[in-house]
Parts: sequence; C-alpha cells; structure tokens
Amino acid sequence: MRMHRRSFLQLTALAGGGFALDLYRSPLAEAQGPEKKPELTPQAFIHIAPDGAVTIMARASESGQGMRNMLPMLIAEELDVDWKDVHVQQADLNEKIYGQQFSGGSANTPEGWEPMRRVGAAGRQLLVTAAAQSWAVPAAECTTRSGRVMHAASGRSASYGEFAAKAASLPAPDLATVKLKDPKDYCIIGHSQQGVDTHKIVTGKPLFGIDVELPGMLYASIEKAPVFAGKVKSANLDEVKTLPGIRHVLVIDGGITPAAYTPWEPGMEPGIAIVADTWWQAQQARKKLKVDWDLGPAATQSSQGFAAKAAELLKAPPANTVRRYGDVDTALKSAAKVVEATYEFPFIAHVTLEPQGSTAHWKDGKLEMWSTSTLPGDGRTLVAKTLGIQESDITTHMVRSGGSFGRRLQNDYLVEAAWIAKRVDAPVKLLWSREDDIAHDPFRPAGTFGLKAGLDAQGKMTAWRQHFVTFGDGKHATSGGGIGQDAYPAGFPPAYALYTSMQPLMLRTGALRAPGDNAYCWVAQSFLDEVACAAGRDPLDFQLELLNNKQMPWSSGEHDAVGDHEPTGASVLIPERYKGVLELVAEKSGWAKRTKVPGRGMGIAAWFCHLGYFAEVAEVSVDDRNQVTVHRVWAAGDVGSQIINPNAAESMVQGGIVEGMGHLAQEITLKDGQIQQSNFDDYPLMNMSQVPKIEVYWRKTDYAPTGLGEPTLPPILPAVGNAIFAATGKRIRTLPLQRSGFSWA
Amino acid sequence: MLTKLTINNVVATVDVAPDMPLLWVLRDVLNIKGPKYGCGIGMCGACTVIIGGEAVRSCQKTVSSVTDQPVTTIEGLSPDGSHPVQVAWESIDVPQCGYCQAGQIMSAAALLQHTPHPTDAEIDAAMSGNLCRCGTYTRIRQAIHQAAQAGAAASKG
Repeated sequence: MRMHRRSFLQLTALAGGGFALDLYRSPLAEAQGPEKKPELTPQAFIHIAPDGAVTIMARASESGQGMRNMLPMLIAEELDVDWKDVHVQQADLNEKIYGQQFSGGSANTPEGWEPMRRVGAAGRQLLVTAAAQSWAVPAAECTTRSGRVMHAASGRSASYGEFAAKAASLPAPDLATVKLKDPKDYCIIGHSQQGVDTHKIVTGKPLFGIDVELPGMLYASIEKAPVFAGKVKSANLDEVKTLPGIRHVLVIDGGITPAAYTPWEPGMEPGIAIVADTWWQAQQARKKLKVDWDLGPAATQSSQGFAAKAAELLKAPPANTVRRYGDVDTALKSAAKVVEATYEFPFIAHVTLEPQGSTAHWKDGKLEMWSTSTLPGDGRTLVAKTLGIQESDITTHMVRSGGSFGRRLQNDYLVEAAWIAKRVDAPVKLLWSREDDIAHDPFRPAGTFGLKAGLDAQGKMTAWRQHFVTFGDGKHATSGGGIGQDAYPAGFPPAYALYTSMQPLMLRTGALRAPGDNAYCWVAQSFLDEVACAAGRDPLDFQLELLNNKQMPWSSGEHDAVGDHEPTGASVLIPERYKGVLELVAEKSGWAKRTKVPGRGMGIAAWFCHLGYFAEVAEVSVDDRNQVTVHRVWAAGDVGSQIINPNAAESMVQGGIVEGMGHLAQEITLKDGQIQQSNFDDYPLMNMSQVPKIEVYWRKTDYAPTGLGEPTLPPILPAVGNAIFAATGKRIRTLPLQRSGFSWA
Repeated sequence: MLTKLTINNVVATVDVAPDMPLLWVLRDVLNIKGPKYGCGIGMCGACTVIIGGEAVRSCQKTVSSVTDQPVTTIEGLSPDGSHPVQVAWESIDVPQCGYCQAGQIMSAAALLQHTPHPTDAEIDAAMSGNLCRCGTYTRIRQAIHQAAQAGAAASKG
C-alpha cells in the first residue's frame, strides 16, 4: 500500500491527537486502504521522433526542487539514452496517464524511484522488440546504448527513431517484469545533470507563472479584509470602476465561516477583485478603494491572547494523550534530577519569492488554467466545485513556480483566478502583492511545549514528558500543528508521555517545508541538549546512548522497522541510520576535538522525517551585543542507496539549511486579528552576508532512495540554538531569536 | 503620457502614466519578463536591471525618471547567455526555483563591471540586497568568483 496525495491531505486534517507530523507513509494513510493506481504506459512518458529525438514528459510540478530533472532522469537511464539528447517537457495535468502529479512531502523520489525506472525500461523493451521484429533476430540478442539498438551477430545498429513508430504500436510490457539495470551501470543516475531550465533561467526566459502572457489578457488583484475571512459590507465600487485601465470590479462573497478549526482549503476568502489593463493599474485602484468590512469574529485574535491562553492550558491537565508508556509521573518523582523547560515558536509564513497567482481563461464553457500548484489535481477538483463546472471541462497547464515550500499545495489563488475568469470575457492573470501574500498565507502554526525529563543518579534519562499546546477545535489540530505518536524520542526513554491541548484558531494554516518537524525538531533536539548538559554529558554521546536503548515498539508495530528496503516500506525511525548520520557529522566537523572559546561554540542536532536522516553541526560566534554569526555548517544525510542528481541534491541540502536559519529569526504576529508583518522589511529572509560555509556529506545505505526537500531543514534550528548555548551559556527557548535577546549579526 | 525608453539598445515609446514603475512597464507593457516582481519596495532585488552601470531596482524607478537612460535587463546582458556571469551561473547550476536569479545575475554583472575581482566582503556588500528564498547563496558566491576568473582570463587572452 502506498501513500497517495489524497491521503496526504486527509492526514493534515486528521490530527486529533496528532499524526500530521510525518506526512509521508503514516500508518493512518495505509489504513485507508489500497489506492487504485493508474496503469502507467511508457508511451505516455516517452516520445521518440523518427529522427531519434527523445522527449520525456516531466509529470510533477517544478518549483525548484528539481523534479523536472529527477523523474525524467530515472526514465532516461533505463531507456538507455544519453541525457544530453533528452528533451524534457512538462506534462499537463492528466493523472489518468501519468499517475500522481503532486510535489510534496519529499514523496516524488520514493514514489517515483521504481515506477519511473520501470517506465523507462519498458520503453527500452518496446524498442528492442520492434528492432528484433524488423531485423528478424531474437530480441535477447539485441543490446542498447545511447539511444541505439545493436545486434552484434549481424552487425546491425540503428537509432531508436527507426523503430519509434513500430514500438508505439506494440502492447506495453508488464511493468512488473521489465529488466532494470544494475546500479553500477548507471550513466545518468548518480551523475550531476544540469537543471533542464537553467539556461532559460540565466537568460531571463519567461518560465514562471507570473510570466504567462496571452493575447488580450487582463490583470487582476484582490483586496481582502485585514482580518481572516472578513466580508465586504459596502465599497465605493462605482468610483473605482472609473479609474484608469479598470475593466471590472467584482465582489467576492467567499465561502469561509471562521471557526475554531479551519480546514485545509477552507474555501474562497471574501474580497474585491479588480481587473485592469495592467496589474499596476489594478494595484493603484486598490489604493482608492474604500471598503466597509464586516471583520467578523477573527478580529478578536491576537498573539498576546494566544500566548496567555497557551500558558493557561500548559498549567492545566492536558486534553489529549497522544502516546504514553511507562509511568512517567512516578519516574519523574523518583528521578535524581528533573529538567524542566517551556519552548515556544511563532507563526511563520511561506513567502515564496514569486507571490501567489495564476492565469485562467474561460471560453465557450471550458476553462484553461496555467497553474503553479504543487497539488494540481486537487486544484482542478476545487475549481470545478467552486465554479459549478465539470472537471472534464478544465485543462490545466503546469507552470514552473518561483518556490513553493508547501505553499502551493493549497490552491486558493487558482480558484480565485478561475472565479474571476468565468466573469470576464478575456484571459485573466491574477497576482497577489507581497503584502497580500504575507497577510493571507496559510501559516505554519505557532506552538508551545512544556517539557520535563528525569535523570537517574548515573545521568541516564528515565522519563520524558511533553505537553504540546497547539491550535484546533479539540478534535482536529490545525494543519501543520499536529504531532505523531512516534515523535522522537518516543520509544527510547523508559517512560514517556506526549499530550496535547488545543486552543481555537480562526486562521488558515498549512504545510511548510518539513511540516510539524520544522518546529518540533527544534524543541526536541534543543531540550535533549539541555538534558544532556544537565547530566554532565556530551550531547552527542548522550543521544547515541539514547538511540542504543530502544524501549518500546513503534505505534504502528515493530515489524515496520525493518521493512524500509522497499519503496513501500513504513515510515519509522531506524536507530542505526539516525546514529550513522550523527557519527558522520561528528567526524567531519571534528566534534570530539572542538575547543572551548568564549563567545564561540558548536551545536549538534539530528532528525528523521519524510524517510530521510540528517545530522547537522553549526559553528557560531556571538558578539557582546548578542549578535550571532554562523560560520560553518556540516551536514550529513542518509537518504538511501543513491543520490540521483548529486549537484542538485547538495544544493537542496544547502537551501534547507539556509531556510532553517531564516526560520530562526522570522515571526508572524497578530493584533486585533490583523497580521502585523507585511513585506521583507519586517519579515526578513537570510541574505548573502549571513550565510555560512556549508559542507554536505552523504552516508549511503542499503535503502531505497528517498527525498530531500524536507529532511534537510529541521536539524539546523537546534544545531544553531545549541551552538549559541555552547558559546554563551544562554538557552534559546523562545523563537524568533530576537525574543530570546539575540539577533543575526 | 508618451515616454521614450531605451531598453537593451532598442528604443521604445510607451503610453503610460509617468509614475508607473519601470518594472511594470518592462513586464506588462513591453513584455520583457526577465525582471521579476518580489516585493515592490526595493527589498528583494528580483527586479534588478542595470542603468548607467549600476544595479537598480526597477520597481523603485518611475518610468519618467529613466527616459534617455539606457536600461539593460537580463535579456540584454548577452544575446545567448554568453556573458561570463551567465556562463558561470549555468556551469555551477546555481538556480533552484530560479525566480531571483535574473536579479542576482544583474547585480553580479554590475559588481564585476566596477570590481573585476571582488573579495567575499565586496560580494556581501553588493549582493546582500538580492534575496534568494531557496538559499542558493553559496553557489551565487562561487559563480561570481568563477566569472571574475573567467573575465580575467578573457582580458589576458
């Protein structure tokens, strides 16, 4: 059974006591039963022209994670063509022939690794069969190389192009039985291949969603309430309609009723859409809009209120038990030493550098969309439902986007563009401003953890108790605000408890790169460092010892722990792999020989999520004004047996680390229901001068390859926090850094 | 209002409001899509073009302020991606999403015009206003050094 995108969505909404932490291959998803998979045929993915030109369809959306390379590379390898001869073409949305076309959860590598290679191998087999028939020789005597079929005995050799027409008419081979290459023979996989769009990017070609240009196209911008789901009572629409370049002014009633729990894709936010000859004119007209908003109940929300409620809930008995074994309370009472701390992290926003937007054209009862969604199938479903049209009347082109990081898993901007297009007699490009993008992001939710750990007289951990105060209606945690039953270090301390309590949140949240893990890893790995220090132990040794002493089976059953060799394996932590990356990063960073210098320190942390293992060491210095410089970072990763595209993989690790550093200093706050940040002046990204040297090392293991988008990110937050502690003796327990008295230099 | 512009050595006359930002004239009037919108307040650098040898945020320049000043966008840096900065960017495969990279390349090209062999500190100073959300900074730095070396080799040759 395999995780499917739909399971992914349901998971995010299901977190009663949790489960949303690891969005990939949760036991819950598997419990939902087998999904009917489309029959993949090589003909859908591979097109070979009579002149031998090879086109491979890229099925997944591209937002910078390298999907246009990775999946076609798998096909090309087994097809046995040279990568330089391959033209990669982005497929339109058609999951009946391409299978899943979503990009998220670092799922494309484990989900594509075997099927895509089999598609390529099937294509090769078709060409060999066609050649053998043409030459009247046994197929078994034919070999292939660089897009040619050879028959040594007769000395024949010809380009794939000669057999393309015949191969296309043959029945598709059984994917399960096609022969795959021995990895030692790989010519494409494991060799760095330049991004298929890199030349176009460096020459400024129009590639992105924002660049879509259609004849007669109009531009749209939407004014929304300053408070989530606030409705339009009245506005000076007639006046705005007369402004230069303005063609349409449309009131969106929207479909969201603010409640304690806001589901994934809750519906359209109300607002006023302005459609103009240029986007700038639409923006200028927004400045002249005078709207009387019905702000609704969300206007009562504030960060201060959330913090006060969280503190109250933290003191009260927890509402839900996610996981408990051993007698935690007794173990804590009888401990020689108890370490206790509260960790708090803020809401943060995705801030993809290309703001949200889409282009749509409604004509003769059909809708054509140019979508940057990373979950385009669900986008089409949502558009059909919102507009009251058939999915079969929608064509979706998948356009490269300027970043997703989980943001484009939600399709709100796509629905808005479609809704406007249906009311306008022209193609329409919707673009959110940066301010719109921050104010109406599906945020990574804030959270608070109360933690206690017990140590015995020998400094061994006897108990770990944590109470996570998150947001939701008591049954459902808000998206990105859940936690899993096996959240590390569950299973390792002799006694353990994980509780949750929830407070209402009338705000949209969502998956942000390594959802759940991007915050919880910081909590768990910072607190573990605290506990190690309290025990008088080196944090690396302390964690390795913990990993050596697994006490309890995983919640999904112990059998899963050894089943990860296959792509269909379970998502459970394998201690040997976790230890392996810790040991590798310790070796590469010279951890054991680090020296104590005041104001300078190293921190270590590791994490497992989305099937990948990463350990990271950060070296920082802190000046007398508590300004932090990260000088160097060492990263060690284990994502299985094969790094498919090494240069891109290394880039992905560096990017995850830079993004994670960014999270340390970012926060979204609310006052009177309004988001107080608006642009990069008050919501900073890391810049060139702040970025350390980053070394990346791989620990290759005998497991099927898994993805890199997510697991690279989480460990850097605690690694930096632990390094700041090593440098200063001050523990970062509240993010962003500024709220703990620190800032970036 | 009619405004005469010189973009990538081509003269264009546009009929737009004088306070329309150069970025939006380029993108939505002249269909020059290389410069990107990221913030609209000059904080991210995605819209960077070169005017008078300087890296300029085109979202912060009104169209009327650049009349008679030749503007170079990424499309005009070279006809085929052969500018040393573009070559370095391509060989190192700098981009992830790629959205910021036209702006990064324009800032780097302006830097190398003034400072053919920048130190890391000079790169920091010139490039810190160009944000990369994907975090490709280590590669951008590497590419600038590589382009500087290529430029030196070319001038010696």
